[in-house]
Amino acid sequence: MSDAPVLLEMRSITKEFPGVKALSDVNLRVRRGEIHAICGENGAGKSTLMKVLSGVYPHGTYFGDIVYQGAESRFSDIRASEQAGIVIIHQELALVPGMSITENIFLGNEPRRYGAIDWKAAHRQALELMARVGLREDPDTLIKDIGVGKQQLVEIAKAFAKDVKLLILDEPTAALNEDDSQHLLDLLRGFKERGITSIMISHKLNEIAQVADAITILRDGHTIETLDVKAQGVDEDRIVRGMVGRELHSRFPDHTPKIGEVFFEVRDWTVRHPISTDRMVVKGSNFTVRRGEIVGFAGLMGAGRTELAMSVFGRSYGVYQSGRIFKDGREIVLRSVSDAIANGLAYVSEDRKSLGLNLLDDIKTSVVAAKLSKVATHGVLDQVREYRAAEQYRTSLRVKAPTVDEGVTKLSGGNQQKVVLAKWMFTDPDLLILDEPTRGIDVGAKYEIYNIIQQLADQGKGVIVISSELPELIGLCDRIYTVFEGTITGDIERRDADPELLMKQMTSAKKAQTP
Amino acid sequence: MSKIKDLQKSLFAGTTSNARQFGMIFALVAIVLLFQILTNGLTLNSGNLISLVSQYSYILILAIGMLMVIVAGHIDLSVGSIAAFVGIVVARVMQDWNVPWFVAILIGLGVGALIGAWQGFWVAYVGVPAFIVTLAGMMLFRGGNQFIGNADTIPVPQGFKVIGAGFLPEVGPDTGYNNLTLLLGLLVCVAVVVREWKARKTRREMDADVAPMWISLIRVAVPIAVVLYATLRFAGGRVGTSFPISGIILGVLVVIYAFITRNTAGGRHIYAVGGNARAAELSGVKLKRVNFLVIMNMSILAALAGMIFVARSAASGPQDGLGWELDAIAAVFIGGAAVSGGLGTVSGSIVGGLVMAVLNNGLQLMGVGSDRVQIIKGLVLLLAVAFDVYNKNRGRFSIIGSVSRPFRREAPAVPAPRVETGQEPAKTPVAR
Repeated sequence: MSDAPVLLEMRSITKEFPGVKALSDVNLRVRRGEIHAICGENGAGKSTLMKVLSGVYPHGTYFGDIVYQGAESRFSDIRASEQAGIVIIHQELALVPGMSITENIFLGNEPRRYGAIDWKAAHRQALELMARVGLREDPDTLIKDIGVGKQQLVEIAKAFAKDVKLLILDEPTAALNEDDSQHLLDLLRGFKERGITSIMISHKLNEIAQVADAITILRDGHTIETLDVKAQGVDEDRIVRGMVGRELHSRFPDHTPKIGEVFFEVRDWTVRHPISTDRMVVKGSNFTVRRGEIVGFAGLMGAGRTELAMSVFGRSYGVYQSGRIFKDGREIVLRSVSDAIANGLAYVSEDRKSLGLNLLDDIKTSVVAAKLSKVATHGVLDQVREYRAAEQYRTSLRVKAPTVDEGVTKLSGGNQQKVVLAKWMFTDPDLLILDEPTRGIDVGAKYEIYNIIQQLADQGKGVIVISSELPELIGLCDRIYTVFEGTITGDIERRDADPELLMKQMTSAKKAQTP
Repeated sequence: MSKIKDLQKSLFAGTTSNARQFGMIFALVAIVLLFQILTNGLTLNSGNLISLVSQYSYILILAIGMLMVIVAGHIDLSVGSIAAFVGIVVARVMQDWNVPWFVAILIGLGVGALIGAWQGFWVAYVGVPAFIVTLAGMMLFRGGNQFIGNADTIPVPQGFKVIGAGFLPEVGPDTGYNNLTLLLGLLVCVAVVVREWKARKTRREMDADVAPMWISLIRVAVPIAVVLYATLRFAGGRVGTSFPISGIILGVLVVIYAFITRNTAGGRHIYAVGGNARAAELSGVKLKRVNFLVIMNMSILAALAGMIFVARSAASGPQDGLGWELDAIAAVFIGGAAVSGGLGTVSGSIVGGLVMAVLNNGLQLMGVGSDRVQIIKGLVLLLAVAFDVYNKNRGRFSIIGSVSRPFRREAPAVPAPRVETGQEPAKTPVAR
């Protein structure tokens, strides 16, 4: 492998933004036909490096050289890099939902005949390209009617339509389920055999250890090292060590739970789909939470975990059908989000950018947003109280920002998540529902979030954690419910929890209690 | 460079006033001075200033309401028609039923509230976009005006004219100036000092750096100088004229609404809804109620503006309020609000409205025809916003961006000034 010719070499790349040196003397050397992973914590400079490579930041706005296919390249924009066969697929897919697969594949690159689009040729070529990426669909299907996994394949087909030589994938599996992820990784391996080189940015270290031939690790805008996976026998822990600059002994903090009485109970919870109201999204679900307990909800994508949580949280999802909620032995009726907040519930959404934060806000406005009454007298806000409340969370949760006047868009994912947590801790809830609390944030920040969750439980609060990462649930939770097709199929104590058992319960309708 | 920036920061930020309104205010001052020169001193003449205020106060009142509508992420095209409709209703009840003028004003506000409730219902509870609802309202109430007034003009009685054409009365000893206007000016000066003092106190309680005393002195001295100059101008006009009543109504509304939008939970909710409606809802904000009240409030202010206009022109007619909605919207956008909602301030919109007013007035004084005035106003609106967008894209200081932040917040979402703003995997990369 390592004697293959070098396809791309980025030498001493330095990129500065006003006040920040995003990349400092970064080197990257990618050999022809390999899968090269780039790892690093959020803010390490991975995306910036890829933007330099693909011409988003044109030649002249950075220092250093890019040598591609043996010649120095000076891309002036994305088109120039695409013409050279470098195609980048961003984590936010660039597809038009209302257009068909064919139309999307050839968007901006339509096969023409006498000036008009040659749809026959487009159709034929689309079928070929789809076969190459293993996508079995009618090419006339609209993008919005296929799943995220298949959309990702359309993006790759689109890259092939441009005669790609170097494929760059930014977090390609972040939104995919296990099956789709696996398919994508197999596909990358297949490309390798056909001589296509891939660069892959990912937070999923197990996938990287699985498919990558070489790994370049960035930290704080510097190249730390390049690892040869096969020769050096690289595993996940080795990558983590390079990324954070220290060995993480445990990915989960030590914790002795102090579990009390059952204080929150949901019985026979059934919710219909908001639009197709004959469909039950949540069916007869029962669960309980004890004081001081961290309860996990495991399930595949689309199992109805988020829907269950949001419908309990003041009916913020779907149409309520039936079910009762008890808190401290008393039945409560939560018709709206403000009812839920008043009754001590908090829901931290899985999508913090579109559901959790107002991106125009600064830290302090965000922190107090869910309970303005705590910093107001007769509806008039007290700036000093607001500031002090926010400042207290900024220091106690160690949000990396100079002041609470900092806009939330300027924060990294992990710090944004801390702000959202602070927002809900500020409402002083008894039950916190955390939906994918560590999605898209880096290893160090995850550890801190776990710490916060455990502290909240130790204060006697109940915490529900919804997560797609089984190791996270097993490492963090005292008890785990499995959810399958809107129904709770398992109630598993921590000591019994292992990935195989969970996966079995997550994929079968049969309800089985732990022995 | 950074020294200038620091100075700018400490002079214009860090008070309870909005951060760095510097740019817009500077533009306003420049326009005023430019016309002062071009018109050989006519612009800052007492008579002109007085007519400027009474001529534009109703547009500025609309701009206050429009700011809140736009911040919440809507638009209101019906305000001109509502103003005309309420104007004719009020003129009619005074003429036909001999209703006293102060009762008529209450009726007018009531009609405005009813219209607002009607439009708010469709927007907030049925979910019809405000653009459509108010476009319908624009036709509906324009027609209503002509239906009630038989497409004719109806005069209003003397007492009613006070709100549009009235001035502070002459009382007390003969000082050569209008005494009440002098008093008003003094009160404003005291308010400026008190505000700065309170701002310093707040800063101290937040353990933030308090600006050196000389900066506070400048921040107090400059506005006071402007206020004193204006006071003498307004008080020293032709006998019988002084600061217009409509200007006082405007001033009171600005103070009230600036307070509401900046310092109350309700105001905060408007920004939250405009910034991210779904996130606001999941934070317990009652989305429908906020939308309803914002739309309703706009109609009430439109009713008030309509009555002030009728009082000023002494009669209500079928052509009243034509195109007002566009003037109000222009003022709000020049004043820095974002088209997508969530950004903007009342004071910014007032400054934006004043820029348009002074421009209009100055060009008229110079004898420029209304055709060319329109062209120039259109270009100014376009260039003001384009300049700002350009600067924002280049990651530079943005006038509008800086004006448009409610209470001291840092620039939002300037493209990639930071390394990476996080590696969020998009949950639904493509529409679902």
